[in-house]
Amino acid sequence: MEIRGHVWKFGDDVDTDVIIPARYLNTSDPKELAAHCMEDADPGFAQKVKKGDIIVAGKNFGCGSSREHAPLAIKGAGVSCVIAASFARIFYRNAVNIGLPILECPEAAAELESGDEVEVDLAKGMIKNLSKSKTYHAAPFPAFMQEIIKAGGLINYVQERMKNRA
Amino acid sequence: MGMTITEKILAAHAGKKQVRPGELVNCRLDVVLANDITAPVAIREFTRLGLDRVFDPERVVLVPDHFTPNKDIKSAEQCKVVREFARKLGISNYFEVGRMGIEHCLLPEQGLVVPGDLVIGADSHTCTYGALGAFATGVGSTDVAAGMALGECWFKVPESIKFVYHGKPGRWVTGKDLILYTIGDIGVDGALYKAMEFTGEAIAELSMDSRFTICNMAIEAGAKNGIIAPDEKTKAYVEERAKRPYQLLASDPDAAYIEVREYDASEIDLQVAFPHLPENTRPVREAGGIEIDQVVIGSCTNGRMEDLRIAAQILEGKKVHPRVRLIVIPGTQEIYLNALREGLLEIFVEAGAAVSTPTCGPCLGGHMGVLAEGERALATTNRNFVGRMGHPESEVYLAGPAVAAASAVTGYITHPEEVVK
Repeated sequence: MEIRGHVWKFGDDVDTDVIIPARYLNTSDPKELAAHCMEDADPGFAQKVKKGDIIVAGKNFGCGSSREHAPLAIKGAGVSCVIAASFARIFYRNAVNIGLPILECPEAAAELESGDEVEVDLAKGMIKNLSKSKTYHAAPFPAFMQEIIKAGGLINYVQERMKNRA
Repeated sequence: MGMTITEKILAAHAGKKQVRPGELVNCRLDVVLANDITAPVAIREFTRLGLDRVFDPERVVLVPDHFTPNKDIKSAEQCKVVREFARKLGISNYFEVGRMGIEHCLLPEQGLVVPGDLVIGADSHTCTYGALGAFATGVGSTDVAAGMALGECWFKVPESIKFVYHGKPGRWVTGKDLILYTIGDIGVDGALYKAMEFTGEAIAELSMDSRFTICNMAIEAGAKNGIIAPDEKTKAYVEERAKRPYQLLASDPDAAYIEVREYDASEIDLQVAFPHLPENTRPVREAGGIEIDQVVIGSCTNGRMEDLRIAAQILEGKKVHPRVRLIVIPGTQEIYLNALREGLLEIFVEAGAAVSTPTCGPCLGGHMGVLAEGERALATTNRNFVGRMGHPESEVYLAGPAVAAASAVTGYITHPEEVVK
């Protein structure tokens, strides 16, 4: 899976209320959610972001609510990957479970700037800043989680497990 | 080497004698929970599995509490999905408007979560049940879908941080002040991925209601779970409610902690968290007379009897400031009824407050008290993020029930001493 796009940079502690405000949680349709993605941090984000673009943020990205609508909105908006210095744990699980690629890399999170063109190799955890010719390495996912990702998300993974149980 | 209470619960549910931090374990689940916002997504994912039954219809709990009573047509449709799913799959622990409560007040009250349990809930404040000596953590809807199917969930065993509170809390000080002070100390990611274990003389002093408040906000420090080892108070609380046998566990004396932090609770005065993070705390005495438009007393954090009693004690015979809207939301129907019988609701209404049926409502800017541009609220809720209670240009300050009630009277953020002599 090729990931290549331009960077949208955000700060520390980007919370799920900013990613998708609760006033839009009366639906779970990814398209409707995507239209309001990051609205309270950058009101025009959903209209400006291009398919394949990458969100880069500081520490504790996705803190707050357990709403899976947050990674769904980001994925629905066409964002191909989120790179952050660290992720809040529920967001981290949710992203893996719904198949939104995320990478934890404090160096890349600090140095990448809005507008940089970036290429990501998920399997290797490699982040290449094409605009500045600099490469970063993120820690790969634990083997257990790679199985979930390989299956295409948690539900597919569970389907396989249930088949084996039967 | 011994284990912490968190490690013991995870080990027991993974069928292991021992687990260590960092280890990935697959655990049996005692309770799987979702609400009207997260359940519809979980149901959609569950349906993809093509199953016609959940792992145990008694162990799945569905509580439409966020946008209920239905705030608009879309919310009504979401609740309908949850209601019909519960009916179709024979899930008896579905709680309808008029018989429900805010999920994290409701489940312990109904004895649906007991000490020693392992619980996942598609709501970040599921960590509340740690006050019973259970391991409880928030997850997303897809994890709940898988949990409903398998009755299992994977976890990475967290490292534990021990928080020791010495001394006795001062007058008006409740669990809210201790946890706000702690989050102010360690920050909103100060316990990221970790277990927060609360202990010490001050914790033993606290009521169960205050202990629920403390564990409820563990997530606001990024923690996986908050936990308090059960004692006689826990036992007394659980004894009359538990629907199942329970297990009282405690950390071993030689259990390993990544860090131990100690506080003198007698030195912790009433706290308020300024916008827009729960870590922006300071003593109420240093808040500087900030004027407010709305006060909310309620939520999964502070919607219990202790909170309502404290608020009523301050509001009795007084009037809400003319500029302020005070909204009081008892956490469950049982709390509502008890507050009614004790005369607390009368005190609130006489003071000029609106008393609501249980709902998460305003806490997340859903309904029942959404803020306009430029408005400022003081709330006993748990989050003060940008736009949390409404307009992105509104502000939320977090405090306990005593400060909330006193501030409703004066119209600015107030220490209760100013109102009650």
